[in-house]
Amino acid sequence: MNEQTKAAPEIRRKGGGYLGQAWLILVLALLFGSGLAAVQMALEPIIARNKLSETLLQIPNLVPGSETGEQERVNGQLVFRALDADGNLMGWVLPASGQGFADKIEMLVGLDAALETITGIYVLDQKETPGLGNRIAEAGWRDQFRGKPTSKPLELSSAESSIPHHVEALTGATISSESVKDIVNGAVASLKEALAKASGS
Amino acid sequence: MVNDQPTALERFINGILPENPTYRQLLGMCPTLAVTNGMQSAMTMAGATAFVLICANIVVSLIRNLLKPHLRILVYTLTIATFVTIADRVLAAYMYDMSKQLGPYIPLIIVNCIIVCRCEVCASSQAVHIAAADAVGQSLGFTLALASIATVREVLGAGTWFGIAVMPAGFPNWVLMVLPPGAFITLGLLLGLVNWLTALWTQGRKAKPTAA
Repeated sequence: MNEQTKAAPEIRRKGGGYLGQAWLILVLALLFGSGLAAVQMALEPIIARNKLSETLLQIPNLVPGSETGEQERVNGQLVFRALDADGNLMGWVLPASGQGFADKIEMLVGLDAALETITGIYVLDQKETPGLGNRIAEAGWRDQFRGKPTSKPLELSSAESSIPHHVEALTGATISSESVKDIVNGAVASLKEALAKASGS
Repeated sequence: MVNDQPTALERFINGILPENPTYRQLLGMCPTLAVTNGMQSAMTMAGATAFVLICANIVVSLIRNLLKPHLRILVYTLTIATFVTIADRVLAAYMYDMSKQLGPYIPLIIVNCIIVCRCEVCASSQAVHIAAADAVGQSLGFTLALASIATVREVLGAGTWFGIAVMPAGFPNWVLMVLPPGAFITLGLLLGLVNWLTALWTQGRKAKPTAA
């Protein structure tokens, strides 16, 4: 306690106040921050293009029977119509994202044409803990979402469950599992709402 | 005092073998164990780490006279994080598949001790050309270490090297080698081998003068 009260004026006298101590960090933070903003602005279109081509590649896996995807905006929301070879609507693929344990999780959610069943989910980008949370991207865990009804929001269960709207959480990665569940529920709800509004108006 | 510190050439050579970051300093174990199941991911990691290490060493060396002792680690971290973010974005833009495969390990370069260590040991007290030589030497040392581990693991575990088949068709892949335990086993054995060879070499050098 005594140490602290003595140390504070000491630092101020030596280094010319808190600004004198921290000016280098403030200047560096500004420089680096603007540098990163420039990098982000230059590379973002390329990264977005990479994600788009991966999305189109995944659509046949996410919606059974579909071969291509058609990008469109329904009520301001970006969705992909999953079409078969003859151009019939087989289902929908919705890009969705939310906060995970470490960083934003970006996902694709596949739904059948009537929005009654989830036909598959896919993780586009995640930075979850290696070995625990990053297993959300593994097919073995993602596949349990296939065939889940959308009548009720999904819920997590800690063990295998026969209840239709239950999905099993990953051991040691409850927050990551929770995030994926919330992203999927949110995506389903927002697509339902957007399509209802679009057909209503 | 200044004369006590290694020269640029010494720093460069030290990084490759005498002070190899993996085999001598045992730093950066996370990428060493995690991404060496194949040469492609190991070399991408080595390249990204080299980029960050060289840039961070140069920047820290340039501002070394402005550093305040109690805020220096903060400056290192800020610098390193900036270059790691650039590396992460560049990979996501131009090597998308590799970026997905490495996932969180690229952002984890921020906490790679090799880089903080070089900023502290060399860049914060020596001139830019020495710091740059040090960073290049350490990067080469790290690249060699990752390459040696990844070669053993990929050849034995998948029968390939850089994705090209190198083992005879009937070779049963030791799947264990590309799984996490394979990383520990390979690192342990190679570490032992390097120590054994070093011991033989230093003994040989000591023996010569007495014999002569």
